[in-house]
Amino acid sequence: MSSKEKGWREISIAGVSPKSSVGFMTGDWKTYMPIRDLEKCTKCVMCVLYCPEGAIRWRPDLGKIEFDYNFCKGCGICANECPTKAITMKLPEPTEGE
Amino acid sequence: MEEQKVTTQEWKFTAKDIALKPEGFLPGHRACAGCGPANVLRMVMKATRGPTIVTEATGCMEVVSSIYPYTSWSYPWLHTAFETAAANASGIEAALKVLTKKGKVKQEHIDIIAFAGDGGTYDIGLQALSGAVERGHDFLFILYDNEGYMNTGIQRSGGTPLGAATTTTPAGSVMPGKMQNKKPITDIMVAHDLEYVATATPYYWKDMLQKVRKGLEVEGPAFLHIFAPCPRGWRSEPAKTMEYTKLAVESCVFPVYEVVKGKYELSTPSKLIQLAPQKKIPITEYLKGQGRYRHLFTPQHQHVVDTLQRLTDERWAKLQKKVEQTA
Repeated sequence: MSSKEKGWREISIAGVSPKSSVGFMTGDWKTYMPIRDLEKCTKCVMCVLYCPEGAIRWRPDLGKIEFDYNFCKGCGICANECPTKAITMKLPEPTEGE
Repeated sequence: MEEQKVTTQEWKFTAKDIALKPEGFLPGHRACAGCGPANVLRMVMKATRGPTIVTEATGCMEVVSSIYPYTSWSYPWLHTAFETAAANASGIEAALKVLTKKGKVKQEHIDIIAFAGDGGTYDIGLQALSGAVERGHDFLFILYDNEGYMNTGIQRSGGTPLGAATTTTPAGSVMPGKMQNKKPITDIMVAHDLEYVATATPYYWKDMLQKVRKGLEVEGPAFLHIFAPCPRGWRSEPAKTMEYTKLAVESCVFPVYEVVKGKYELSTPSKLIQLAPQKKIPITEYLKGQGRYRHLFTPQHQHVVDTLQRLTDERWAKLQKKVEQTA
């Protein structure tokens, strides 16, 4: 929270949250990340519907399913529910410098 | 949100239609990984038919979605105290009526959805809910049932089933977890002579969304009981959240049905079990893997499993009888 925002003394009595939570990335909570096997995926969009985060999106214009790792908490529901078992939960590859 | 005309035709949709619908409950909320209620809220908001106002009692989903300065709601959303989800909804409906009369509301119709957890429905919110449905306000009350007060530290509620260990009903050498069974809240609501009462689980998402839409279309109060596992409070694997909602239906712990004007009708997943009773799985299939029932798998507490199985069978038989009687 930046210092420019109003504190609890200044905000209106009803307390209006001014920002959308889309700005709050929850993606760094995860340990395992879902990796999709594009050959097995039938694009049934079940993962999109079962995701509690809304972190998986169906993009018909691109004809693909997008995983938004900025929000994915790594719960693994998508991997568990995928009818073709196209999603596996894997530890992310360590990046350089780690 | 974009303006939509209110329709009363039968709602037909595919999985991809739903996947494409704009989110009402945005990502970035701070629910635990694998949260059942978060999925329920996200999906329910995809079944709205136009301008909608959401009101919510205190509970997990209120806390995670409105941590200042962030909000996860793209719909007008109002939160007050634990007991007042239904009272809030009545107030909103009454205010809209007056504002429409004065010509200050341009929309043809505005839907009102009240969300509450099992604490805000079974225990604390029951009298407000009972009063609001008795007064006949036009709103849809959605109970997301995670079977306990999960956000305050997993205390027992009226919705916690028999034998479940919580922090206020711990399992030990004397007590096998909670000693009482779950309150039949749906029957209580049916007894209020509501036009529409239903139960649903997010695993059968199509069934759930159709019920939400039906509940919104009803003129007058409607009640929807949605089963929503809590991996934190149930001490279960986050990945199995949706699987448990399926097992709950298959073991008849949570049958899905709707009651339209007092007429009971089983929904497809439960109807399939009624037609083929051999598909009904024993309750242990559902219990195992949940840490809150871990102690039941010792010889000392075996009788609790037997009691749970008997109670579940009794409630299932009773439900089938009601379906038969009101057909």
